[in-house]
Amino acid sequence: MAQSTTSAHAVASPFRGAATLADEWKPRRFTSLRGVVQDRSALVGLGILLLVTIAAVFAGVIAPYDPSELDPTANLSSPSSAHWLGTDNLGRDLFSRLVFGARWTLGAAGLAAAGIVLLGVTIGIIAGYFGGIVDDLLMRLVDVLLAFPSIVLALAIVGMLGPSLPNVLIGMVAVWWVDYARVVRGLTLKVVQNDYVLSAHCCGCGSGRMIWRHILPNVIPSVIVLATLELGSLMLAISGLSFLGLGAQPPTPEWGTMLSDGRLFFLNAPQLMMYPGIAITLVVLGCNLLGDGLRDALDPRQRKT
Amino acid sequence: MVQFVLRRLLYLVPVWIGISLVAFLLANLAPGDPARLALQRALGRQPTGAETAAAREQMGLNDSPPVQYLNWLGNALTGDLGLSYRTGKPVLESLVERFPTTLQIAGGGLLLAIAIAIPLGVLAAVYRRGPIDHLSRVVALLGASMPSYWVAYLLILLFSVRLGMLPVAGSQTWQHAVMPALTLGIGGSASLMRLTRSEMLETLGQDYIRTARAKGLHSRTLLVRHALRNTMIPISTVLGMRFAGMLGGAVIVETIFSWPGIGKLVVDAIFDRDYPMIQGFVIFMGTAFLLINLIVDIGYGLIDPRIRLARR
Repeated sequence: MAQSTTSAHAVASPFRGAATLADEWKPRRFTSLRGVVQDRSALVGLGILLLVTIAAVFAGVIAPYDPSELDPTANLSSPSSAHWLGTDNLGRDLFSRLVFGARWTLGAAGLAAAGIVLLGVTIGIIAGYFGGIVDDLLMRLVDVLLAFPSIVLALAIVGMLGPSLPNVLIGMVAVWWVDYARVVRGLTLKVVQNDYVLSAHCCGCGSGRMIWRHILPNVIPSVIVLATLELGSLMLAISGLSFLGLGAQPPTPEWGTMLSDGRLFFLNAPQLMMYPGIAITLVVLGCNLLGDGLRDALDPRQRKT
Repeated sequence: MVQFVLRRLLYLVPVWIGISLVAFLLANLAPGDPARLALQRALGRQPTGAETAAAREQMGLNDSPPVQYLNWLGNALTGDLGLSYRTGKPVLESLVERFPTTLQIAGGGLLLAIAIAIPLGVLAAVYRRGPIDHLSRVVALLGASMPSYWVAYLLILLFSVRLGMLPVAGSQTWQHAVMPALTLGIGGSASLMRLTRSEMLETLGQDYIRTARAKGLHSRTLLVRHALRNTMIPISTVLGMRFAGMLGGAVIVETIFSWPGIGKLVVDAIFDRDYPMIQGFVIFMGTAFLLINLIVDIGYGLIDPRIRLARR
């Protein structure tokens, strides 16, 4: 598998036009998917993420109760046929809250990731493609942002804007794009040295078309790997801020908020903190497993020994 | 060596200016007029329009943004980061007072992470594909996937509730620091363990290891003196990053364990809308991380002459 991937890279003859780029992509995409399918732990990760995504999308169908429906007769009840995982201090069904929580936790992380990728890729390509003073300025900004652990600056942004989930997402996007910008800039610098970029340039290909057709497709696989690998830590950071009370506010069934709600009762009813904790761990584990598998398959040079 | 340190210091200047700019601009994100907010806190009532205008003039808010920045930078360089809205005390004083407390649990966390990660990582590399290797992979994956705030409560359940060994919250005795440090250490050990393993595997494949083995060196001496020592070079850089990460992670952990460090200070400041404190936190932490990186770089240069002689 690794062999065919490298050979796809190695075949580089002069006068190769843009059309052959597509040919170069087919075998690579194919091998990468096969690589993931052969990697059992990556499949497990994919399975976990698919399951939770289905739960998030069809939460209304899967969850037996409304997540904020109170049942005063059943406070902190233990698991039963009526409430599969029991109820919380207000008599809300824990299983339903967990299922709807997938929507919030996954949705928030997905939204933040989309913003981060968009911003990071745009800035990375601009810096790498145009170079010069634009590149210098953007990379100095990257250096500054890298001087902080991401959570510190995100926390300060949320602190200034005021606690709320949208502000947490703004803070995340404002800080986390840096990694993507650096990776994408490096890749762009490499791609523009290819002969097909030169020949496209000679054929009168403008900057916009060049970026869209020739640079972006080369950058995307690495971005996907990075995004999957970082989705887990992004989720941990967002739920962490929600846990502190800075993100999603109660009664939102976001998992970090649920965990935070449960801590008042954790001596009598530790399950209130157990289930959301297990849920977050599982999903982050899924991201990490899938991310590792994708990295090994798409980018064999970075494969761990 | 002096030249190496000077060069590193010089490189820090533009980054620090950038950090100060970020901290300055952050204050503009806060909603409302800062002069009005400060007056409101000081007077305990809504200030009049004339009072606000006078305060704006006095605080220099009518100057152009570059002038405001330069004034603010000048103050910051002389150690004046403004007064906390909440306590009225100088921001820098509070930050300096709380920082060592955070260093205690972050330092403890780093030591615990090293104690967990390096032996397990080395063993995983030596007995590659054996049971220890698999165990270390599971531990590393779980360590990287569990939220620190959840780990903290699991530790409380185990050590305080079940075993009754450690106090839950506070900072009176050294026992209070164990669980915060352990929480940070567990999170930090995951990536460190995998790195130790992969670096160790790479070192073990080197020619000089084969030579050492061929001349009949005892395997323990070989591992510690030849392999681990070379492996420590890349690991030491990552240790600096881990430490910085733990200082950041302390925000959550300190809140859970009521540990009176800088993280708890800033979370309290956020809920009190104590904007000068949040701004001070950013520039203080930014400076601290720069210095940590500098120390790591210098240490790196001391261990490995190739680094300090390069790019001369």
